[in-house]
Amino acid sequence: MLDILAVTGRHFIEKLAGFGRATLVLMHALFVWPQPRTSIPLIVKQLYSVGVKSLLIIAVSGLFIGMVLGLQGYTILVDFASEQAVGQMVALSLVRELAPVVTALLFAGRAGSALTAEIGLMKATEQLASLEMIGVDPLRRIVAPRLWAGFISMPLLSMIFAIVGIYGGAVVSIDWLGVYSGSFWSVMQSSVDFYDDVLNGVIKSLVFGFVITWIAVYQGLQSVPTSEGISQATTQTVVYSSLMILALDFVLTALMFGNI
Amino acid sequence: MSVSENVIQISNLKFMRADRCIFKDINISIPKGKITAIMGPSGTGKTTLLKLIGGQLTPDSGRVTVRGSDVHSLARAELFALRKKMGMLFQSGALFSDMSVFENVAFPLQVNTDLDAELIRDIVLLKLQAVGLRGAIDLMPSELSGGMARRVALARAIALDPEIVMYDEPFAGQDPIGMGVLVTLIKKLNQSLGHTSVIISHDIQETLSIADYICILADGEVIAQGTAAQIRESSSEKVQQFIHGYPDGPVPFHFPSVNLMDQLIG
Repeated sequence: MLDILAVTGRHFIEKLAGFGRATLVLMHALFVWPQPRTSIPLIVKQLYSVGVKSLLIIAVSGLFIGMVLGLQGYTILVDFASEQAVGQMVALSLVRELAPVVTALLFAGRAGSALTAEIGLMKATEQLASLEMIGVDPLRRIVAPRLWAGFISMPLLSMIFAIVGIYGGAVVSIDWLGVYSGSFWSVMQSSVDFYDDVLNGVIKSLVFGFVITWIAVYQGLQSVPTSEGISQATTQTVVYSSLMILALDFVLTALMFGNI
Repeated sequence: MSVSENVIQISNLKFMRADRCIFKDINISIPKGKITAIMGPSGTGKTTLLKLIGGQLTPDSGRVTVRGSDVHSLARAELFALRKKMGMLFQSGALFSDMSVFENVAFPLQVNTDLDAELIRDIVLLKLQAVGLRGAIDLMPSELSGGMARRVALARAIALDPEIVMYDEPFAGQDPIGMGVLVTLIKKLNQSLGHTSVIISHDIQETLSIADYICILADGEVIAQGTAAQIRESSSEKVQQFIHGYPDGPVPFHFPSVNLMDQLIG
């Protein structure tokens, strides 16, 4: 019994220490005097790597999810002669839930894992140690631009996902299933609120972006500098990020829409 | 030798890694302007010692002072400022894989000085000329051989003309020509730039040929210190085993284990 308690306690303390280290990494990387001349080009480069390179998978996924929503929504709503509301259903599902959550899951898989592998490899090949010995802080040079790029690109990708998804839903509903386009767009316009729906969706994606990039860079920094260690860290980034996204989504949804 | 002449002073250093004691209580003085070699069998913590000098690791007890500053009591910003006075050649070269040879060598100058681009280019050309790789200026690290990458890394390590240059296994994996080039380079750079060199190496003959002062580590302790001649004449069995490469001796060939027959039978 005592052994179980000791093992559990040690595991808890290790996790707590890990969280403390991750927080210190975040503080050192973000809370520094800004140096726009050097920081902005680095952030732009990372925006391309993290954001632009994720565009295709996000847009294609958004298109298909929107099309499926249109199809499923129509088959359900047509039984109640409410197929005009399919636009509302597609838009609210995407803007409130699917765009932030699915974008975040895809972002964790594409950009998060790439960030962890890149930083892990830089550690394994002593590039981070080399930066330190040149007198450059890797937290500011390597970690901070990636964190900012993640925070900035996630909400933008989420919005692109939602827009493409709505068009996907419109193509299926209007052009294929014959829903009247005037009803489709006007019902959507009247039912989607900017603050309650759009803004809350953006806040969700901001939080997810923050969590994913934080997990990804920390896993890269603390990875064991071997091929197995980097592979494990990459997997952990995807697993931890996905779990955190789903758990945080529930918490945020409860806070935003649960009237609590 | 007085303390004032020592640019690096290691005093009563103790360092543990998990439950394993890497350094028990070591004292090493590294004189200014000389080439000091730190040698010893694999796993004795030679690279760890460089990381302790550079402040990348923290000792359990003891002090490491560089240019009079206690490395491990400096604030983060002060430590990074001190590192600008130190250059390090990593065992793997540690070139930035997304930068060309020029960008790698120019990087320390770009981030640590206000020199204009033209002057930086001239300095980079001179540093690459010193290591014989001016013609490789536009290549990427992936296009370089191991020896060339090490020489580019050396050019980067001396780009800021540091007061101290630390070399981690500079001769490892080099062919005889590459090794000869590096030995000559390290000696010439030390003489012409007047910096202090610390070399970690296993290559006895090459290292003894250029080192002014040698320190041999084993079992977490300094087992011998002195000039090349003093080391060669050392009466210590461990030192003799190490410099002559005897497979068995005070440093055992076999990793500690139970008796072979006992294990085979049962």
